[in-house]
Amino acid sequence: MSNHRLAIRDVTVSYQNVPAVRNLSVELRCGRCVGLLGPNGAGKSTLLKAIAGLVSMQTGEIDLHGHAPRQSRSIAYLPQRGLIDWDFPLTVRGMVSMGRFPALGGWKPFTKEDRNIVSTALEVTHLTSLAHRQINALSGGQQQRAFLARAYAQQSHVCLLDEPFTGLDTNSQRDLRAILRGMAAEGKLLLVSHHDLNTVPELFDEVLMLNRELIAYGDVADTFTEPNIARTYSSPQPTFALA
Amino acid sequence: MTNLLEPFEYEFMRKALLGCLLVGFTNGYLSGFIVLRRHALLADGLSHSLLPGLAIGAIFFSLNPFGLFLGALVAALLVVIGGKMIAHSSRLKDDTAIGALYIAAFALGVILLKFAPVRVDLGHFLFGNVLGMANTDLWITYSLSFFIVLVLTIFQRHLLLTLFDPVVAATIGVGVAWLDYLLIGMMVMAMIASLQAVGVVMSIGLLILPAATIYLLSDSYDMMVWGGAFLGMTSAVAGLFLSYWVNLPSGPAIVMVLSLCFVGAYLFGPRYGVINRILNNRRARETPAPPKEPVVDLPPTMS
Repeated sequence: MSNHRLAIRDVTVSYQNVPAVRNLSVELRCGRCVGLLGPNGAGKSTLLKAIAGLVSMQTGEIDLHGHAPRQSRSIAYLPQRGLIDWDFPLTVRGMVSMGRFPALGGWKPFTKEDRNIVSTALEVTHLTSLAHRQINALSGGQQQRAFLARAYAQQSHVCLLDEPFTGLDTNSQRDLRAILRGMAAEGKLLLVSHHDLNTVPELFDEVLMLNRELIAYGDVADTFTEPNIARTYSSPQPTFALA
Repeated sequence: MTNLLEPFEYEFMRKALLGCLLVGFTNGYLSGFIVLRRHALLADGLSHSLLPGLAIGAIFFSLNPFGLFLGALVAALLVVIGGKMIAHSSRLKDDTAIGALYIAAFALGVILLKFAPVRVDLGHFLFGNVLGMANTDLWITYSLSFFIVLVLTIFQRHLLLTLFDPVVAATIGVGVAWLDYLLIGMMVMAMIASLQAVGVVMSIGLLILPAATIYLLSDSYDMMVWGGAFLGMTSAVAGLFLSYWVNLPSGPAIVMVLSLCFVGAYLFGPRYGVINRILNNRRARETPAPPKEPVVDLPPTMS
């Protein structure tokens, strides 16, 4: 498992001809929890969306085990919590079950095996006791775990998380970190955009530091260093809001 | 019992009952998708935009139902696609562009009706007349209802994914934009199916109120879709009875029955009803608060 790679090769994404991510090439090892760091407007969300196939790339390609991610469905994108209508009439179990839809398509029946996969996903994310709760009764941390459970039920190999730790209290952060670590130990790759530098060493195995271009990628101990942080955050490039 | 069945000694009432069952069920089924997609105002716009198509249908095909159907479908699609094109090619957003187009289309429709070779009552198109349902009308309603329920059932998983989380739906290859057009197409068809029974404007009531009512009562997606269908169907029949006994126009009577259900759910709903929530808040204030949990400090951020 640990030999698996998500290869990002020469990726450039622009909004109205202004590059948000420029000529980015990096190979991420599966089985790791990678923090995606950078200031506002550095292209963190853009990179996640490009890997998920949500924005088109001007140049470059993304490759997981020799497949383009759009065909493989093995990449799960977890949006920011605020983008979802949590009043949607759905239980936690119902939401996690939706993770099986890509494999089942429109018609294949929901089998016992699918139910078992959903139960495992709920167990891994510590949501079993909340399975029948309405999603609007979940706390921020529980909502994030429900997203993860859905990605787990999808049996995706790569999870892209957009600012999952934002707004969580310390206990919820710790809980989420333990779940992410557990999923990484199963061989999955977790790429997590994050902006709180204080918590980086305890949350991630590796960091990918980005400011429209790749600044550094590697183990936290070797890469998350003062000079790299300074290079990432004191960019001479003007920052501007990106969609 | 004899009294209850008395209206159905007349053939027009039997046809009206069948029409109400079909229109109520189909529109109620569709209403779950419209409420969750937040397309209620778009539905309102669409209903008005059918008018020029109906008028052109009346000009060229007299009152042939197939001509009216074709005209209405083309008019609604032109308004939606035109609205999307204006929004795409200018700084206007969808709602303004479609809002501008549908009222222009409505005005054009009222003017065009003056040129119809047969005398057409505007009120008939807008508010329908379930007591005047002919066999052809019933067949059109029947086929369209069947088609709408079939399409929505075939695409239900994709629709559920798209309604809940369109971004993630797009990442797993669901054609989100395509499904949106499909839903809009189904809305137009439902309005056309309702044309004779309740009219294009009153059909909005059947397309919004059933699921809006269930949404205030239930937390289940299936309940919103199937419960909406059941509520739409029963309310349509109740409205028909009411219109017969009290001598009211049938379309508005149906919508009034649904509106009463909606207001009832808003006020008295066990979980989301306003009165219960006020009572619960009062009770919570009167019982002593439990000791506060310690406040957890968030770590400071550096960015």
